[in-house]
Amino acid sequence: MWQYAARRIILAIPIAIGVTIICFCLVHLAPGDPVQNLLPPDASQEDVAYLKQAYGLDQPMPVQYAKWLAHAVTGDFGISIQTRRPVLGEVLHALGNTLFVSTGAVMLAFPLALVLGTLAAYFVGRPPDRIATGVAVIGISVPNYWFAIVLIIIFAVELRVLPAAGMGPQGSDGFDPLQWSQLRYAVLPVVATSLVPLGIIMRSTRSAVADMLSQDFILTLRAKGLRGWGVLRHALRNALPQVLTVMGLQFGYLVGGSILIETIFTWPGTGFLLNKAILTRDIPMLQGAMLVLAMCFVVINLVVDLLQTAIDPRIKRG
Amino acid sequence: MSDTTLPLPRLAAAEEAPRRTRARGYWRTVGRRLRRDHVTLFFVAVIAIIVLAAIFAPLIAPFDPSTTSIANRLKPIGYKGLFILGTDELGRDVLSRLIYGGRISLLMGLLPVGLATCIGGFLGLIAGFAGGWVNTLIMRIMDVFYAFPSVLLAVAISGTMGGGIGVSLVALTLVFIPPLCRVSEAATTQIRSRDFVDAARASGASSLSIVLYHVLRNVLTPVLVYASSLISVAILLAAGLSFLGLGVEPPTADWGLMLSTLRQSIYVQPVICALPGAAIFICSLSFNLVSDGLRQAMDIKA
Amino acid sequence: MVPEPVPRVAAPPPTAADDPRDRGGRAQPLLIVENLRKHFPIHGGVLGRKNASIKAVDDVSFAVLKGETMGVVGESGCGKSTLARILMGLVPQDQGAIVFDGELVGGERGLSLRELRRNMQIVFQDNDSSLNPRLPVVDSIAYGPRVHGMGRAEARTLARDLLRRVGLDPALFAFRYPHELSGGQKQRVNVARALALNPRLVILDEAVSALDKSIEAQVLNLLRQLKQTLNLTYVFISHDLNVVRCVSDRMLVMYLGQVVELGPTDEIYREPKHPYTQALLESRLAVDPRQRVEAAPLAGDPPNPVDPPSGCRFRTRCPFAEEVCAEKRPALGEASSHVAHIVACHMADPQSGHSRTAPSPQRAAAALVG
Repeated sequence: MWQYAARRIILAIPIAIGVTIICFCLVHLAPGDPVQNLLPPDASQEDVAYLKQAYGLDQPMPVQYAKWLAHAVTGDFGISIQTRRPVLGEVLHALGNTLFVSTGAVMLAFPLALVLGTLAAYFVGRPPDRIATGVAVIGISVPNYWFAIVLIIIFAVELRVLPAAGMGPQGSDGFDPLQWSQLRYAVLPVVATSLVPLGIIMRSTRSAVADMLSQDFILTLRAKGLRGWGVLRHALRNALPQVLTVMGLQFGYLVGGSILIETIFTWPGTGFLLNKAILTRDIPMLQGAMLVLAMCFVVINLVVDLLQTAIDPRIKRG
Repeated sequence: MSDTTLPLPRLAAAEEAPRRTRARGYWRTVGRRLRRDHVTLFFVAVIAIIVLAAIFAPLIAPFDPSTTSIANRLKPIGYKGLFILGTDELGRDVLSRLIYGGRISLLMGLLPVGLATCIGGFLGLIAGFAGGWVNTLIMRIMDVFYAFPSVLLAVAISGTMGGGIGVSLVALTLVFIPPLCRVSEAATTQIRSRDFVDAARASGASSLSIVLYHVLRNVLTPVLVYASSLISVAILLAAGLSFLGLGVEPPTADWGLMLSTLRQSIYVQPVICALPGAAIFICSLSFNLVSDGLRQAMDIKA
Repeated sequence: MVPEPVPRVAAPPPTAADDPRDRGGRAQPLLIVENLRKHFPIHGGVLGRKNASIKAVDDVSFAVLKGETMGVVGESGCGKSTLARILMGLVPQDQGAIVFDGELVGGERGLSLRELRRNMQIVFQDNDSSLNPRLPVVDSIAYGPRVHGMGRAEARTLARDLLRRVGLDPALFAFRYPHELSGGQKQRVNVARALALNPRLVILDEAVSALDKSIEAQVLNLLRQLKQTLNLTYVFISHDLNVVRCVSDRMLVMYLGQVVELGPTDEIYREPKHPYTQALLESRLAVDPRQRVEAAPLAGDPPNPVDPPSGCRFRTRCPFAEEVCAEKRPALGEASSHVAHIVACHMADPQSGHSRTAPSPQRAAAALVG
């Protein structure tokens, strides 16, 4: 078992390296000279060359990459051009905010999706199934950024019960989730974020549980007189590894794909940071945010993989 | 063989006389099932309407989508009976912009998926059939791209390359190549281990001939079904890129871009603000349901 | 116990009718296999290095005469399917030579794989994957000839002709898909596909094992007719001892990748010399419930092919095993004639040092059962 875990971790390393290469290449192969943006248009050639050297941009690519990677491993992602503060600190702080919304969405969507999916599988073909499946299909077809806007229209513009944007009242410092006056700012982002995972996980659960329910061992249980929740419990236990994988992946997507919701609600998470970095061409911040988000995803995938091995006895170990 | 003759049972006649004389093809069964699926048919019609509207936009749209008018800014739905869906913040007719916007959205939805299917499907075919180090190389590279969530990857590529419709198309294609490659590779690997492939090899056929004649027609179905389910995702993602300003340039009409600019007027005309998103939703929903219906019709093997 | 069959006159040596493709003459065996070996590597450990191998086929040698049916018998995992695949060139052998009608296969001046495949074909076991589910059967059959240059229309005509030959009316069956055929019909299509290249030798790898008994009888009859009309030679692989007895002239018994006995079928069934063969034949249960078997003739599972026992591989289950069996591997020997009955057992070799040489079958049977 540990051999398998070790093997998966070792295999994840080249992928992580590949991720860093892509992050680096994307930024450095981009058109436009990153230095030009920092200087006035009439800057002399010497100024440009000097600045390039200061940033280490005159070195060949592999050298730049190696240097950047060496720094990144120690936690030094450079200084943000925009805010003049260390990138890693900003990104990690923002990550906390993103995780707050993502975790909230997970707590809202996952249990609901499990329940709906299981019910839909149990009542396959009948009205509860059709309704639940309809909800799921809507969930995965809705653009979550549009859903966010609709929620804002309903709750912030028309009903005026919830705020439309931001993470707290103007001028507030820090985020205290225990105070309703601050927590209410998180309600709409969490709800908006939870719709798509709800749909996807509901579909996965329904298909996995329905598949289990059609198997012979369930027939045996029914023949022995087991009914209702008893049967479902067995089916669910067997379907769980599959569903957990999808859940883990969805959590990863929520963290990594947070940019759209955060932009709409100006929620200061990593996605929002990324957006700002793109608009202002803040290279260090852009690289840092991308790398951290991608690494989160890699780590979450690895954890899901290992968890599945631990839970599902059919997967060969060692 | 030896001289003993095995007794011939009387079943010979029954086995040789089939009940029907014409072979019912696989596709005919699929077509029949589809014709009975009313939901899918309805949404096929919806897609047809969207596509036709996009193609014949100049004939259908009541106004020029780029004509601005300061006087007519942000007028409500049905204003003066002319602007059926109201006007945007620059006085342009929303309905016309929606119709023209459909062109971009369909293009950004279908083209990347089509390209990614060809490229990713081809790579998966090679990886699946060749096996060994070729397989490892291709699939590991795909794994690296898979390590990014699709939104992040699309935004990262598009954002760093400067945005614009061309860049967005490239970004979206790159996002969809890994999953299609995976599906294609999985299907190819499964097909490759079947006996009829061995029989084809035993006939002396070259690998190329086997892949093109035997393997491809078996892999095509799962790949195309999966690709059709990606179209709705592509539409959502493309509109999302435009929403962030990484897609088309203004003043081109595009649903994502419209959603972004109208959002500033959310307190003035909230309903109009939601309209472009509704268009994206309907388009995505239709493709989703049709793809599902297609998959169900093709799923049950006769 | 299976009742003694009516003794038959030993089958006359098979004669090959004058075949324009014949190169080696009547006496030349159609297929000679010499010292064939195939080990499959197993990867394990953290880095996935090769640390063991499955000895699927280990030093197998035999000859198939023109016009005969050679049966190959053994339990699951004995290597008979791997053997079939090696012969067809689907799996490359590690060592060993294959000689077809006097010509060596492979090498610079030998028979090329492509030419070999024109002469030797295989019929697989009927299962879901033996035919391409997306092709009508006529195209599945026509594929082989088309690969070798025939045009589409001509190949299809040939395919229809073959369908007729195997007993399926082309007007009804040509454009059917595999899922629209029954097991017996699919197997007939498989036979037609194998015949499309006009081979001289056909390997039947468990070709009737998945069929219902009545259908199995029909397909066997078909194979017999085709053998006569098309002047074929068969290698018939099966785990079903009764079928092999009806079908083959000579047979060989495989155990854990090696040949343990070889000879005329009737003789082997009447007087099996190898303890494994004896046990296999004892395992066929009689229909009469009064003739019960109390103890299983063969106990336990076959040993691991990754780490087979030293010396004779059967010694861990053999009731006559002695020290010499663990030290030295018994050799099969060469078949001196087409009716020779050879066995890889120390008991048959007077110079082996085994305490019992040449046991009688009755004593062996009593020792196993009693």
